[in-house]
Amino acid sequence: MNEFNEPLITAWQLVAGGDARLADIVLLSLRVSVAATLIACVAGMPIGALLAVGRFPGRRALIVLFNGLMGLPPVVVGLLVYLLLSRAGPLGQFGLLFSPIAMVIAQAVLVTPIVAALTRQVIADEWTEYREQLRSLGASRTRAAATLLWDGRFSLSTSALAGFGRAIAEVGAVMIVGGNIDGVTRVMTTTIALETSKGDLPLALALGFILITVVLVINAVAFALRGWAEKHWG
Amino acid sequence: MSAAWLAIEGLSLTEGGTCIIDDVSLRLAAKRTVVLGPNGAGKSTLLRLIHGLLHPSTGSLRWPQPLTQAMVFQRPIMLRTTVLANVVYGLKLKGYAAAECERRGRQALARVGLEALEQRPARLLSGGEQQRVALARAWALEPELLILDEPTASLDPASSREVERIIKAIADSGARILMTTHNLGQAHRLAEEIVFIDNARIAEQALVAEFFSKPRTAAAQDFLREETP
Repeated sequence: MNEFNEPLITAWQLVAGGDARLADIVLLSLRVSVAATLIACVAGMPIGALLAVGRFPGRRALIVLFNGLMGLPPVVVGLLVYLLLSRAGPLGQFGLLFSPIAMVIAQAVLVTPIVAALTRQVIADEWTEYREQLRSLGASRTRAAATLLWDGRFSLSTSALAGFGRAIAEVGAVMIVGGNIDGVTRVMTTTIALETSKGDLPLALALGFILITVVLVINAVAFALRGWAEKHWG
Repeated sequence: MSAAWLAIEGLSLTEGGTCIIDDVSLRLAAKRTVVLGPNGAGKSTLLRLIHGLLHPSTGSLRWPQPLTQAMVFQRPIMLRTTVLANVVYGLKLKGYAAAECERRGRQALARVGLEALEQRPARLLSGGEQQRVALARAWALEPELLILDEPTASLDPASSREVERIIKAIADSGARILMTTHNLGQAHRLAEEIVFIDNARIAEQALVAEFFSKPRTAAAQDFLREETP
């Protein structure tokens, strides 16, 4: 029992004591995943809205594609971005591999299809309800897509947070393109994987706590936001 | 009677093998026309075809001069924003400048008696108030033809009367009115002319007094007997 208790106590001391190394890792994790989620929203939400209201050839195929890409394995995304960014790759000249920017790119690629597919569902439901009214008022499909994105903003916050949850929790993609370099590209998940394999359980556990807490807090905020929006805007 | 503002010729709409509108030819010339008929007769579909929300399978609509239109639906669709922003939305789409949009939006809200609620979230209003916002949104566009699909079907009597008053006011301001209703009293009060649809076809078209006192077809006679309280 002691083997379990002792790391737990040390982990708690790390968190409570505001350990600098721990704080750096957590902050880098948050910065990378927030940036990746923002990019994914800017790219994925318009794509999702246009897939919901648009009429163009290949629309159905794209919907199936984006739904399928929701389940992209992070290691595969990591590998693809690695190939793109490696010295010999098409984007090799920028020297981005093993940097936080590479991690942001990989997570953005991973999360964009999730945001797009979830957005499409939200907007498609709204479109069913609003379609005739918007067309009657003379809204083009592009304009309708923009209107519905704004109208569905509270439901869409859940899509964004689902994307963020995926980004902050994945380990495969950031491990491959970031390289898990101490003090440079080490994030919560890669540290947990490394420290556990090294047998340094307190740090791994402390990060585990924080990771779970972050995910829970985000979901609580999302839940509260939906409730508030429901009450204030209907 | 004055010249027709719309001539419909051989209009049909078939969907999945069912004929929803069957070879309808109709000349609309009255200022206020109410379309009556049993459930599923094709009233709403005819309105949507005229408004351009649906495209006919065959036949044509001939407008001697194109009319600007607006439509009010049975269930008011409100965006998750303020009452005023909902009214202004349609004006913005028409390309008016922001200040002009607000001026017209406020004016329309005042006309439906909701100026005090302009900053309230539209979706939290009562059903009757939402329908009045929908009427203000349509009125703000100053349409030459206002189409209404059962605008009072889901409202209580007091809200219905208020909506009816507004429809009258819109008609008095110069718009042609084309609407459906299940409320015969309302049809009687609002219509100049009645178009009676039965089973996807036009069964009868008559001046309102004539239709209610001496319906010519058996279908219309049955309908009036069943619907009269």
